[in-house]
Amino acid sequence: MRTAVSPPADALTSERVAQTVRSAERRRRREDNVHGWAFAGPSVVMVLGLSFIPMVWAFWLSLTNSDLVSGGHYIGFANYSALAKDPLLKKAFTNTLIFSVLYLPAGLLGGLLTAMMLNRRIRGIGFYRTAFLVPFIASSAAEGLLFGFIFDPDFGVVNSILGKVGIPPQRFLTDPSQALITLAIVYFWTQFGFNVVIYLAALQDIPQEVMEAAAIDGARGWATFRSIILPTIRPVTVFLVVWGLIDTFQFFDLVFTTTKGGPLYSTITLVYYIWELAFNFFTAGYGAAVAYVLFFSTLIAIIVGLVYARRRGMAL
Amino acid sequence: MSATTVGRPGVPESVFDPEVHRSRLLEAERRARRSGWRRLIPRGWHAILLPLSLVMVAPFVWMVLSSIMTNAEINHAPPTLWPHGINRGGYHLVLRNSDFPRWFLNSVIVSVSVVISQLILCSLAGYAFARIGFRGRNVTLVLLLATALIPFQLTVIPTFLIFHDLHLINTLGALIVPQLTSALGIYLMSSFFQAFPKELEEAGRIDGCSRLGVFMKIVMPLAKPALAALAIITFIYAWNDLFWPLIAITSDKTYTVQVGLATFQGQHRTEWSAVSAGITLTTAPVLLVFLIGQRRFVQAITGAVKG
Repeated sequence: MRTAVSPPADALTSERVAQTVRSAERRRRREDNVHGWAFAGPSVVMVLGLSFIPMVWAFWLSLTNSDLVSGGHYIGFANYSALAKDPLLKKAFTNTLIFSVLYLPAGLLGGLLTAMMLNRRIRGIGFYRTAFLVPFIASSAAEGLLFGFIFDPDFGVVNSILGKVGIPPQRFLTDPSQALITLAIVYFWTQFGFNVVIYLAALQDIPQEVMEAAAIDGARGWATFRSIILPTIRPVTVFLVVWGLIDTFQFFDLVFTTTKGGPLYSTITLVYYIWELAFNFFTAGYGAAVAYVLFFSTLIAIIVGLVYARRRGMAL
Repeated sequence: MSATTVGRPGVPESVFDPEVHRSRLLEAERRARRSGWRRLIPRGWHAILLPLSLVMVAPFVWMVLSSIMTNAEINHAPPTLWPHGINRGGYHLVLRNSDFPRWFLNSVIVSVSVVISQLILCSLAGYAFARIGFRGRNVTLVLLLATALIPFQLTVIPTFLIFHDLHLINTLGALIVPQLTSALGIYLMSSFFQAFPKELEEAGRIDGCSRLGVFMKIVMPLAKPALAALAIITFIYAWNDLFWPLIAITSDKTYTVQVGLATFQGQHRTEWSAVSAGITLTTAPVLLVFLIGQRRFVQAITGAVKG
């Protein structure tokens, strides 16, 4: 069927087809660039503009003695050398670290165990999920005030319950040795539902057949947990560790609405200290330096947390 | 006519096991005995889960109850657990003799503006990242996600200075503008659009619809579940925010409900029932939104984690 007829001048040669396709492709790509940036541009400019510019600016501020109202003068790294000798910063840093350590393992373990209890054909799972999530939804301001009542040394419900089982009344938030632990308990209560829901979603992803196969192979309790459940929830554990570290290092709201850093600075956290420095004492330059301490300690904590979780075989 | 007497082929003689039979009878008897109040005792895992859920919810129950107690009832040792009557004094003080209604309105204005703006801007950007192959897409997406690692507390001082220079400090604008869009919202919408069937959009394009037309007429109506989830998350976050409003707002007429609540307690130290009423009114909107949209909320947060 092949004929040797040469094509007419205006026919579609393969070269012309290719050329048309190429120019259409170019036009499409140009159009994509215009459309893409028109769609994403406003958001990108705002999100990046309100994070990277202030981040650089904060570093510049940390090299000045700015008092928030005026720009201040360049003083080199004087703020950073003052950090090392600041007893309050040391206190705020230790408190934040203790708070993280008090909350994080308990929060993850409590969340996982509860999720495992819920991950079976159990009645009322909807009720439980709602009940556990309510403290996660309500605002820290409201919860702080509420727990001010509940842990009140004289009129609070907790002391009255403790009294019934013969434990003498505690001072809770007004006792320097108990305030931080009390806040960690309240914080556990607020975050519990989130941990449960995240773990539950991960557990529900394990196919039923896998569990049945393991049971047939003779795996019981601990063996199933170690060789099936733990590996499946690893990515989620990693997420919760990172999330928990970021969140606990930024702990502020509950402190503000309950103890205001007291008594005797026993609940002052890094962010509370930054807030006080910049917006109460108007030492914005020094505050910015402390904010950089917060930033780098969060990064280091995340790395350490991940390495530790990995060693314990919990993550990655 | 029991199985033992009818020696059917293939059925072993020992099908009737007296041991099993007896244990079944005992079980039935035990169940029958679990009548009356005994049935109220939770069994199995419920024995742990039920008290746990009560501990989670109890503070909120007490919050509502104490808002209708008298100050004397709240300020009583041992604490009153059930109000003796309905006392409207707390609500009266909060709603008639304080700035609380104004704070509430401010919070509504801020939260609703932020939700509407994020629904538009985050879905536009999320769609672009999921569907349009524009230059610099991947780099920009990585930069956006990297902002999650920059704590707001690091950038808060310059942010304050920026809004101060814009003369927005002490206005609701200072609270709305930083939340007009968010990296989390873009990420949520983008992952939703990635899982969205491409064919519909292509059909729309072939039929001569512009890109914006396809987005408005085909994509957005089908994105309602994701939009609902984004709206719920954004509303809860915006309503509950305390740190930034505390810094950006210095006049008590412009307070949001959270900042107002925190200072309210200081002003009305002995008006316990008013404080309780304030806490209840502050918490009610988010609880309502959460209870209505709970399923979407849970799907969104678990979906975002699993990526």
